Amino acid sequence: MFANLSDRLTSTFKGLRGKGRLTEADIDGTIREIRRALLDADVAVPVVRTFTGNIRERALGAEVSGALNPGEQVVKIVNEELISILGGESRPLRHAKTGPTVIMLAGLQGAGKTTLAGKLAHHLKGQGQTPLLVAADLQRPNAVNQLQVVGERAGVPVFAPEPGVTREGERQRGNPVKVAKKAMKEAEQRQHSVVIVDTAGRLGVDAELMKQAADIRKAVEPDEVLFVIDSMIGQDAVATATAFQEGVDFTGVVLTKLDGDTRGGAALSVREVTGRPILFASTGEKLDDFEVFHPDRMAGRILDM
Amino acid sequence: FSKDSLSQDDWDELEETLLLADVGAAATDDILAGLRTRLRDEPDSDPRAILRAVLIETIDPALDRSLALGEPGGGAHEPIIVVGVNGVGKTTTVGKIARVLVAEGRTVVLGAADTFRAAAADQLETWGARVGVETVRSDRDGADPASVAFEAADRARAEGTDVLLIDTAGRLQNKAGLMDELGKIIRVVSKVAEPVEVLLVLDATTGQNGLAQARVFAEVANVTGIVLTKLDGTAKGGIVIAVQRELGVPVKLIGLGEGADDLAPFDTEQFVDGLLGAQA
Ligand SMILES: Nc1nc2c(ncn2[C@@H]2O[C@H](COP(=O)(O)OP(=O)(O)OP(=O)(O)O)[C@@H](O)[C@H]2O)c(=O)[nH]1
Ligand SMILES: Nc1nc2c(ncn2[C@@H]2O[C@H](COP(=O)(O)OP(=O)(O)OP(=O)(O)O)[C@@H](O)[C@H]2O)c(=O)[nH]1
Ligand SMILES: [K+]
Ligand SMILES: [Mg+2]
Ligand SMILES: [Mg+2]
Repeated sequence: MFANLSDRLTSTFKGLRGKGRLTEADIDGTIREIRRALLDADVAVPVVRTFTGNIRERALGAEVSGALNPGEQVVKIVNEELISILGGESRPLRHAKTGPTVIMLAGLQGAGKTTLAGKLAHHLKGQGQTPLLVAADLQRPNAVNQLQVVGERAGVPVFAPEPGVTREGERQRGNPVKVAKKAMKEAEQRQHSVVIVDTAGRLGVDAELMKQAADIRKAVEPDEVLFVIDSMIGQDAVATATAFQEGVDFTGVVLTKLDGDTRGGAALSVREVTGRPILFASTGEKLDDFEVFHPDRMAGRILDM
Repeated sequence: FSKDSLSQDDWDELEETLLLADVGAAATDDILAGLRTRLRDEPDSDPRAILRAVLIETIDPALDRSLALGEPGGGAHEPIIVVGVNGVGKTTTVGKIARVLVAEGRTVVLGAADTFRAAAADQLETWGARVGVETVRSDRDGADPASVAFEAADRARAEGTDVLLIDTAGRLQNKAGLMDELGKIIRVVSKVAEPVEVLLVLDATTGQNGLAQARVFAEVANVTGIVLTKLDGTAKGGIVIAVQRELGVPVKLIGLGEGADDLAPFDTEQFVDGLLGAQA
């Protein structure tokens, strides 16, 4: 196996001893290593370019102190830059001042939205909230049943007035925007403190479905629109995140399937391209495989340091 | 050192095209090295045209990309097992393949060996109803998936069905327990009939982790082909180049949407044109 980046950077500087300032020639090899590591971690190409540019600038002329060797010095700079792009502190979920807090989920097909809906409900219930799950995916076969099972496991009611696509009805039944509107009335009547709206997966390039998502957003006036993204995604993260930002103007990001062994460069790409914070990490298929996002841990993971 | 006709900027642009398509840094280096060699021999050719040719050669249009099935009506209950990580499109692909096989005049049974995910068997059953084939499933969540797979294989044998299509649960390749479970499903089905295909489903949006997925799944199961899903989006699916080379098995099918007919044979030239096409 390859040594991790930290070791490789340190060895790049083996020949360099003592004090002084790093020169352009010293840094070139390092920048190549960093670029390669970022690309292997699926960080978006334009983000890699900006990032390595910043590192070069900071490293050039950096004082090589007695305490750190030049390799360690650059590793430190890289790590600081990564954490700063990833957002430093994590932001907590926004709650409504009056009435129920409304959270809408959106993202590509199979990203982990429905699973996350259950996790969020479970998590918020544990904080004393009374969530209502809303089945507004009427398109994927048995998406409504899936949310019902998830709700049952979480011990949270599911508002599902329309069956969507099932064995009994091959065509989509019901209108997701109407379901979302009705859900708001239901939540008010039954005094739910949180409403979590599960929506169908959609592609960034699907204008019709993106408009539907925007219409759902208008109907429920959410406090948070969470863009759910699979941490295994590659270069498409930029196009997709941009399309969802334009389409539903999401307020935060959830990174899923972080229990895998992907480096998860998407975190860096999405954060850098949209400026939206990453709030949570999804780390498994079970209800409590869910945590607050930690930028510092993610930085180490992306660069294997 | 013989010079070529391209400036550094030209090379950077070609590299970027490949990287943006998720081809990956290592495979990109190799492909560009191939291009450099070719350009030395043919210095006056259009570099993009040669890159296209190099890519087509790498992916190899001559590979057999058909499913290894006998004749319709053979009744050999030939198993096809569909595997992959979570959410890539396995269940949908099973439904789509069933549709194609039925249209070819084959009899098909579906086996719901995902007993774990919420409503997974219901989802498969809906696909079965949609394309008019029977689904063997357990009514209990958390039943042993290998038992369901065996039952489905047994049913396919008893009824003289042509093809048994088995849907499995999504599993991340770094989860040893789940990978063992997959091994068991395959062994149990093999007792009834040797699987003719184990199809690994890869999502076109997947980046470099796709290669790790392919390696580990191929260790556990004798993967015979790749299905590349979600090519209807902006993702190019370039990771399959490295995957094909690593596993030595071809991409056989592509997914182009959520509908029953959104499945197509993999076409090398179309894939390469998509990959080199619209640039970010
Ligand atoms: N290992 C792992 N699997 C996950 C995680 N989150 C979701 N999954 C799995 O990923 C698959 C897809 O999850 P869903 O919640 O159905 O995704 P979705 O975004 O609702 O999918 P669509 O509604 O079809 O767009 C399922 O197999 C889930 O169990 C996670 O954090 N880790
Ligand atoms: N756009 C598009 N969506 C697809 C395609 N194939 C599957 N999907 C969608 O992707 C989502 C996940 O598909 P599934 O078939 O449930 O995936 P899976 O691999 O069985 O998921 P798990 O069993 O949870 O691991 C669903 O919303 C599908 O409709 C495709 O080729 N294109
Ligand atoms: K595409
Ligand atoms: Mg869903
Ligand atoms: Mg499935």
